[in-house]
Amino acid sequence: MGADFVQLSLTPLLMGVLASVACALPGNFLILRRQALIGDAISHVVLPGIVVAFLLTGAISTWPMMLGAAGAAVAAVVMIEAIKRLGRIEPGAAMGVSFTTLFAFGVLLLEQSDTSTVHLDVEHALYGNLESLIWFAAEDWSSLADPAALANLPPELGRIAFVTLIIIAGLALFWRPLEISTFDEAYANSIGIPTGALSFGLVVAAAIAAVAAFDAVGSIIVIAMFICPPAAARLMTNRLDRQIAWSVVFAALSAILGYVFAGYGPLWFGAENAVSAAGMIATVSGVILGLACLFAPHRSRIAAPAEAGAQS
Amino acid sequence: MQMTSETLRVAARSDAPPSAASDTESPLHIHGLTVSYGDSPAIFSVDANIEPASMTAIIGPNGAGKSTLLKAALGIVPRLSGTISIFGKPLNEARRRIAYVPQRASVDWDFPARVIDVVMMGLYRELGLLHFVTKKHHDKAHACLDRVGMSDFAERQIGQLSGGQQQRVFLARALAQNSDLYLLDEPLAGVDAATERTIIDVLKSLKAESRTIVCVHHDLATITDYFDHVLLINKTRIAQGPVETAFTAENLISTYGGRLATAHIDQLSLPAA
Amino acid sequence: MTELLNALLLQSGYNAALVAVSAAMLGIAAGSSGTFLFLRKRALLSDAVAHATLPGVGVAFIVMVMLGGEGRDLIGLLAGSAISAFAGLLAVEWITKHTRLAEDAAIGAVLSVFFGFGIVLLTIIQTMSSGKQAGLESFLLGSTAGMLFQDALVIAIGGTLAVVATYTFRRPMTLVAFDADFAAASGRNVERIDLAIMGLVMAVTVIGLKLVGLILIVAMLIIPSVAARFWTNHTNNLIWIAGAFGGVSAYVGTAISAAAPSIPTGPVIVLICFAIFAFSMMFAPNRGVVAALAARRIFQIRVHRRQGLLAIARDEAIHDGLTLKVLTRAGFIRPDGVPTAEGRTQAAKALRDEKRWEVARAMNRDVAVIGRYDGLTPIETVLTNDEIAEIDRRINARAPLGGAG
Repeated sequence: MGADFVQLSLTPLLMGVLASVACALPGNFLILRRQALIGDAISHVVLPGIVVAFLLTGAISTWPMMLGAAGAAVAAVVMIEAIKRLGRIEPGAAMGVSFTTLFAFGVLLLEQSDTSTVHLDVEHALYGNLESLIWFAAEDWSSLADPAALANLPPELGRIAFVTLIIIAGLALFWRPLEISTFDEAYANSIGIPTGALSFGLVVAAAIAAVAAFDAVGSIIVIAMFICPPAAARLMTNRLDRQIAWSVVFAALSAILGYVFAGYGPLWFGAENAVSAAGMIATVSGVILGLACLFAPHRSRIAAPAEAGAQS
Repeated sequence: MQMTSETLRVAARSDAPPSAASDTESPLHIHGLTVSYGDSPAIFSVDANIEPASMTAIIGPNGAGKSTLLKAALGIVPRLSGTISIFGKPLNEARRRIAYVPQRASVDWDFPARVIDVVMMGLYRELGLLHFVTKKHHDKAHACLDRVGMSDFAERQIGQLSGGQQQRVFLARALAQNSDLYLLDEPLAGVDAATERTIIDVLKSLKAESRTIVCVHHDLATITDYFDHVLLINKTRIAQGPVETAFTAENLISTYGGRLATAHIDQLSLPAA
Repeated sequence: MTELLNALLLQSGYNAALVAVSAAMLGIAAGSSGTFLFLRKRALLSDAVAHATLPGVGVAFIVMVMLGGEGRDLIGLLAGSAISAFAGLLAVEWITKHTRLAEDAAIGAVLSVFFGFGIVLLTIIQTMSSGKQAGLESFLLGSTAGMLFQDALVIAIGGTLAVVATYTFRRPMTLVAFDADFAAASGRNVERIDLAIMGLVMAVTVIGLKLVGLILIVAMLIIPSVAARFWTNHTNNLIWIAGAFGGVSAYVGTAISAAAPSIPTGPVIVLICFAIFAFSMMFAPNRGVVAALAARRIFQIRVHRRQGLLAIARDEAIHDGLTLKVLTRAGFIRPDGVPTAEGRTQAAKALRDEKRWEVARAMNRDVAVIGRYDGLTPIETVLTNDEIAEIDRRINARAPLGGAG
């Protein structure tokens, strides 16, 4: 593991780990709030957001696309809420209506517009392009100390690192109100916590994570990381702080193992070509969740002990 | 009293409440409160005036709007009209003086938290976003747990508690808020006899410290033992006052309808109207 | 435009006509079978089922190639997708039943992991010598362009069978979807019927893969039933309205796509579906947003009017802006806030009604009557004239209320 590793694999690995962690962190709260599928919805609507941004600006440039994707995520959330409240439709169905429609809209726009000359297609949106994040300027490990080489790191890496930091900071800052309102919303309201703003903020954080991760790793990882690591972590412990720590471990583990298996796994079987790293990372996170479902210490619900003299 | 635009807007009526003198100091004054979930009011134009340092039971049949009344008083459900004042102030200026105990069944007890974590939630106003939890806070939380007889369970996962124990944890969380007005939604529903005793003892000791207690309650047989005031509602206020004068057969019939109330009254040995 | 008309009238050639008809059958099947999921509040289970088809497609392709066959055989691929969709379904059920995770987490986990694994398989297939032109990506988004005649036939037959199955089993499925506890109590095997519903949904998903793709088939399962919900409260009607919405969107969408080949079929079907949904949500009578907002406003005005009248009757000052507005508009008070004669009369009436209710409560033995009080229902609509006369007699006589015994 020398120069090749630093040049070819270090950035994708870091990128995968950071993207996974950035998604897993808000995923913990989404799962506890029974909103796991918001992550699913968000990752589907990133596509139309990017297409609209492309059509408006006419160029593949990062910031408009990030804004477009974030805007689409917020639009999806607003749409889901509107259908839920105005139409009095249960949340699952409201989500299903919203994200499939927006996704269809995105595909239609994409097929209708002349994007054939640029690298923008549905497959890319689904499984990203982790393997292409090569650090050309790197020679070997010493490049990590070389400012000139560092300046040539793929810009995606800096973005996802920034977003991950923001999410960690936000989580630390709003930990208490998030915990309280997730557990007991009515009580949170009664002590003056703005629960509506908080849950909107959570969804926005998830959307930002999704958008930042999406460009490099595609939406499969995004959905898988919102759900699998936190779900597996929930089965490992009965304490929120530890659950979040476990979810970070599982997310990082999925990213590393998934990337390694995708790159080197086929070689072990005599094949020559690597398989999709994004798909493999999602698969590994599923295996981890499967193992947690079978063996984790707190995997099953515990019934309250019977109580003598209870009235009901 | 400073009138905010909100109080101006929702004051549908402004009459003299039963005890006008104590109006500004009333821990909870509700006026003309109407709440609707669909196209029919859950409660209509309810007036209520809670006496300081009293222990009031809100009673009424199922679907009479008891829980809705509490939630609307706390601003948890939107109101169609009406005013709420807490110690003479609008709700948002007086939140720190209220502690609310929701129905036990309203939360998912599978949440990853220990008993002590839930009690710590009661210190949120003190801790805010950034303060670190110190020994002082821990001691406070443990003292509250001790008060409800749950100090041995501090490290227990909340999903492993019995119904009565969960209710005590909720009460401990409210105690941690150290408030002047306690609003409890069915704190005695489905709990064991020991828990019922503990909860009532704690509430009575709070009252002895001049705090005000308001409970949604369902068991008419224990009203005279536990409470000193009652508020009878069935969509609107039927009667309110000290137990001796308001908890009468006549009012119960008006609240619950004839047959049901008659059955209760026979057991309660109240004077028939 | 004439091309669209031709397509709609099945005049664009035999193949296109068959595709349009098979799409319509699929739409009907998806709309009606999706209704059961929606009523069961498990709409997004279809999302898991749909995404879980992908690894099956990949495995089936690899297996068929290894056996020396043609990897693209549609029936083989669909059989593979059905098996993996079923595995996904079982995984969701198992996780929900045996761990503390809720169904939404199970659905999300299964859909992302199966889909991710499916993508891994697709990248493997791309490297196989026979896989370069496999075109399995079309299962992601579907495509009717260049659809083989046999493929269209498979979809048409499959769709018809699904519609027939929905019709045959509509009663037990409706029962379970509407009230599972009641169905269980009346001796139905809820688990088996649930399984049959899932089987139906799975079949529709698999059949729809080629046409609209695995992501958008979810829309065809969910949106029609949600749209239909605004028009009816009857489960039976719901199924067929949803089926009609699904059928119409699929038929029109396919026709548009046939007339203008650059427009992809799947998305246009979904967008038509959504247009029907949006119209239903806004303008359906009773449950539509416009109707509901109007009702809410009228209701709020009634509440304020009543409270205002009571305030007038009791000589209380009125502060609430809306109350004042309502009373002024009705001519009950003058702009300066002084009640008019008409206002006084109405106020007296309102107060009398409240008094009557008060007495009725004390007199009446019937909980059902007292429960009707909501501050707005005039007592005349609940009690007979004789009863009201009796109440008035007591009020006038200031007789002691009650009379319990």
